[in-house]
Amino acid sequence: MIVRKPQLSLTQKLYLPEILRGLMITMRHFLRRKSVTYEYPEKAKPVPANFRGLHRLIQRPTGKERCVACELCLTACPANCISMVATDPNDPNVEKFPLRYEIDTLRCIYCGFCEEACPCDAIELTPHYEQASSRREDFVHAKSRLLENNQFVPEGERISRVKTNETYLRV
Amino acid sequence: MEGGVGIESHLFMDLILDLLPILVKMLVGFFVVLTTTAYLTLAERKFSAYMQDRIGPNRVGPFGLLQPLADGVKFIFKEDVVPNHVHKVFYIAAPALMLVPALLGYVVIPFGDSIELFGRTITLQIADVDIGILYILAIGGLSVYGLFMAGWASNNKYSLLGGLRASAQMVSYELTLGLSVVGALLVYGTANLRQIVLHQTEYWTLFGSIQVPHWGIFLQPLGFVLFLISAFAESNRLPFDLPEAENELVGGYHTEYGSMKFAMFFMGEYTGMITISALTVTFFFGGWHIPWIEHAGLTHNVVAALGVLAFLAKTACFLFLFIWVRWTLPRFRYDQLMSLSWKGVFPAALLNVFGTALCLYVLRRPM
Ligand code: SF4
Ligand code: SF4
Repeated sequence: MIVRKPQLSLTQKLYLPEILRGLMITMRHFLRRKSVTYEYPEKAKPVPANFRGLHRLIQRPTGKERCVACELCLTACPANCISMVATDPNDPNVEKFPLRYEIDTLRCIYCGFCEEACPCDAIELTPHYEQASSRREDFVHAKSRLLENNQFVPEGERISRVKTNETYLRV
Repeated sequence: MEGGVGIESHLFMDLILDLLPILVKMLVGFFVVLTTTAYLTLAERKFSAYMQDRIGPNRVGPFGLLQPLADGVKFIFKEDVVPNHVHKVFYIAAPALMLVPALLGYVVIPFGDSIELFGRTITLQIADVDIGILYILAIGGLSVYGLFMAGWASNNKYSLLGGLRASAQMVSYELTLGLSVVGALLVYGTANLRQIVLHQTEYWTLFGSIQVPHWGIFLQPLGFVLFLISAFAESNRLPFDLPEAENELVGGYHTEYGSMKFAMFFMGEYTGMITISALTVTFFFGGWHIPWIEHAGLTHNVVAALGVLAFLAKTACFLFLFIWVRWTLPRFRYDQLMSLSWKGVFPAALLNVFGTALCLYVLRRPM
């Protein structure tokens, strides 16, 4: 490859005028004082609406989970971090529900495939991302905690607006 | 007998009174320079943040003003690791060799005129040496030993490269630094820094009424530019900070250093910056002199006090320039650095000396 040197004019070759131009640029920024910093612990950077953070199990109006333990999320999960035990709720209207439902967020890659796979709009990734802890157990979210994670979305959005079969929503 | 004791105690008192101002000046100077060094690190971080549209350190104290204190405490309490593969004696001596010359340099710089106190005249300068400029250049030349020793003793290829670069760079730019002030020395006709400043307090009268002070910047504009370039290189600041080029040499000569030893290199660099800024002010910007203050009709002591403030303000401007340039320019390549020194600054400095000498000969020739 032939590298051609750019033709410099005399003032550019002298370098000092160009230095002065560069100094003017930094001085402009210095005086403008428009900072792009978010002072994080006090003021978090707003996340986009589709941000993929910690999971929540969407509730029914009664407060129970919408999940029907179809295991589609578990199958779709590329990180294999969802585990569940399904059981019969002894209800003629509902076939199955998860007795245990766990997400190991240490393995999760926050791809959102579980959310996409779910046919009942029962699982969702919230915008919450502050999950630091010094104990590994804190990162394994059981069903009860996944339901509690509803606190990370605004009050009005906790219950899914997706219309589904009325019978199954009764429970 | 009694008379003898009286004379002796009188002499003793005289001695004390002579020594006391010097001691006070030394301690105050030491304190001011070290504090400035500490706060210079904060200023560097703050100003760089503003230039890059950031906020900078603001967690320790109001506006982060206690940050240097926190840094100092951290440095002192860090574990002092001496790697196994280093040459112990030189490894430990190097930071001291860097810091001590830096702290010695500023003693000959006059930071103010004299003040009259209790019938004594106290010059505001720690040591009034006749060869002040030579002293500073000689002491400044010593700091290259610290850099090179650190690079060599660390027994690490990056440190060695840093040390090599440091020595080559310092040797080249010491030459141009020395040469660029020769023109100014010719004009002033003295190497005594106090005399140089006094020389700059005189005026030219232009157009009958406008008075322009004899500042070195007007007498030696080319000398000033060359001096500034060499000063940047001599204090290892960007765009000439090749000895510690982070992205190619890890940390250069101080790669293997930690805790207070690293801090000493750091302090050495910043103190060197203060000295060279003060020297620039002394040589080219009239030192403590405030133009036209003689007409304000203030007493001598007040003028001297204001002068100290003016000197500090002027020095601060140059310190700001150092920081400003650092966060603007990219680093030179090594061959560019060397060719700038030997093919650019060096001939220009020679030309400056020659031109100045010629002008002086023509102007001062007995008619
Ligand atoms: S976000 Fe991806 S990795 Fe995490 S649980 Fe859902 S499917 Fe699995
Ligand atoms: S895909 Fe939805 S409904 Fe099926 S198990 Fe997963 S969360 Fe429950």
